[in-house]
Amino acid sequence: MSKFMAWIDQRLPVSNFVKNHLSQYYAPKNFNFFYFFGALAIFIFILQIVTGIFLTINYKPDADQAFASVEYIMRDVEWGWLIRYMHSTGASFFFIVIYLHMFRAMLYGSYKNPRELLWIFGMLIFVLLMAEAFMGYLLPWGQMSYWGAQVIISLFGAIPFFGESLALWIRGDYVISDATLNRFFAFHVIALPLLLFALIYLHLAALHTTGSNNPDGIEIKQTKDTNGVPLDGIPFHPYYTVKDIFGLSVFLVIFTFVVFFLPEFGGYFLEKDNFVPADPLKTPEHIVPVWYFTPFYAILRAIPDKFGGVLTMGLAIFVLFLLPWIDRCKTKSIRYRSKEYKIILSLFAVSFVGLGFIGMNPATPVLTWIGRIFTLIYFGFFIALYFISKNEKTKPLPDRVTMHE
Amino acid sequence: MSDTENNSNRRKFLTRSTQILGGIGGVFALIPFLSTMSPSERAKSAGAPIEVDVSSIQPGMYKVFEWRGKPVWVVRRTQEMINQIADRDDKLSDPMSNEEFQPSYAKNKYRSIKPEFLVLVGVCTHLGCSPLYKPNSQSTELGLDWKGGFFCPCHGSKFDLSGRVHKAMPAPSNLEVPPYYFASETKIVIGQDGESA
Repeated sequence: MSKFMAWIDQRLPVSNFVKNHLSQYYAPKNFNFFYFFGALAIFIFILQIVTGIFLTINYKPDADQAFASVEYIMRDVEWGWLIRYMHSTGASFFFIVIYLHMFRAMLYGSYKNPRELLWIFGMLIFVLLMAEAFMGYLLPWGQMSYWGAQVIISLFGAIPFFGESLALWIRGDYVISDATLNRFFAFHVIALPLLLFALIYLHLAALHTTGSNNPDGIEIKQTKDTNGVPLDGIPFHPYYTVKDIFGLSVFLVIFTFVVFFLPEFGGYFLEKDNFVPADPLKTPEHIVPVWYFTPFYAILRAIPDKFGGVLTMGLAIFVLFLLPWIDRCKTKSIRYRSKEYKIILSLFAVSFVGLGFIGMNPATPVLTWIGRIFTLIYFGFFIALYFISKNEKTKPLPDRVTMHE
Repeated sequence: MSDTENNSNRRKFLTRSTQILGGIGGVFALIPFLSTMSPSERAKSAGAPIEVDVSSIQPGMYKVFEWRGKPVWVVRRTQEMINQIADRDDKLSDPMSNEEFQPSYAKNKYRSIKPEFLVLVGVCTHLGCSPLYKPNSQSTELGLDWKGGFFCPCHGSKFDLSGRVHKAMPAPSNLEVPPYYFASETKIVIGQDGESA
């Protein structure tokens, strides 16, 4: 065996790679619950690719056949229902996992120096993931697929001067039609997954350059033993591979429960209107995007002006890219940050969830006003953070990570 | 010495010009790729005008036709409905239809060639949903001062019986009137201006 590995290593540095990125890649020993979600996100990405490939085997990207081909997968293809429910449930779980993964970064300051690029790659993955999910949602060609896409594409039409031509170019027709479905299929199945794959590679490459942050927000590379190994680091393999496999098993219990018993999740994962074929002449009573878009959708609706709404929604995502520079506090982890920071971060989390709830419901005047207040809090967080973080009163940092038993 | 310096300058010049020209060529190479995403000739020809018969529409009722894949409404307004349109200007954000959402021959408060027939693209100017026809002025479902019109279920925009948007609604403008003309008393051609226009 060692002779064989030597032969390989002379031609491809496999052993070196395993050493550098697994067996002698040192991660902080104090990871907690929030550190499961990166690995889980990779698992779901692979699951989506695999289930997606098997769905394309029977799916037809044609406006006349798409809806029927999805029903064909559900009823006539052996185990087709399982593959499709894994894919549709996987999409929703992807966003649950990603939102928790991002919130972890905000809790422990993982976007801060030296991890700004890591954060930006992550944000790009998030934006592409939203595009991927949006385009995938058109493919079943149900009523909500059709009208949801209609609403989102017409957002581009709100851009002054060239907006209408841009929307026309995206649709490839005067309305959402077969041309739109066909190109969304191409983007959903080839273009975006390839881009996502490249970005995930860069995200991990950047992570392995700086090393992971941890719940204490101190750099483990600052205290090393005589061999140059961080004192608070443990090898990724076997310690964290085992931890992540345990996390994965718990995740799979929940995931498979939803796949088998609640695949529609009460109309949140698969909306009721989407069981009706797309009809351009009939609008559903309430057009609601899937739950993972609703926080941003509520921000869009909060603004009375059309272009203003689109701009504000775009800004709500863009401002996250700037987080490493908006937050000027050197202390990373919330454990050692001021009470003010804890308050505004809590308000931010509440407003995000609140916006998500409002975006799922019809726009009544009361909800619109609550949505406006939450929108103000959402953006207020970044403004307040910029000023609070400049001279923030933080607690003294420990020299070594603390283990919380 | 000066010879090598000269050479390195020439080399830099050649490298730079190769980069710039290659870059320009690369941008031009994008054009065919991006152009394939524009509407095809077939899609464009599918946007041709349609001729519709409106004689079967009863007064107060409406009919939906499909033009360019969009719903086009033809509403046959009763005299009572036409009278209501006359005195509602204070509730509307653009009562005179000053914004260009109709051909010039429909720029009046009835937003039509003949007040009896209203032709509208049935797509909300907010985010492209299709509003619902709510002609009943006795109904209080949409507020006590509702005098009939169109209501968008997506984000709650209200329009009057001429498709004019109420004040302070998500929709930024009145509903669009497509180009149309009367080919005869009961035939309307949608999608093309008449010769008199």
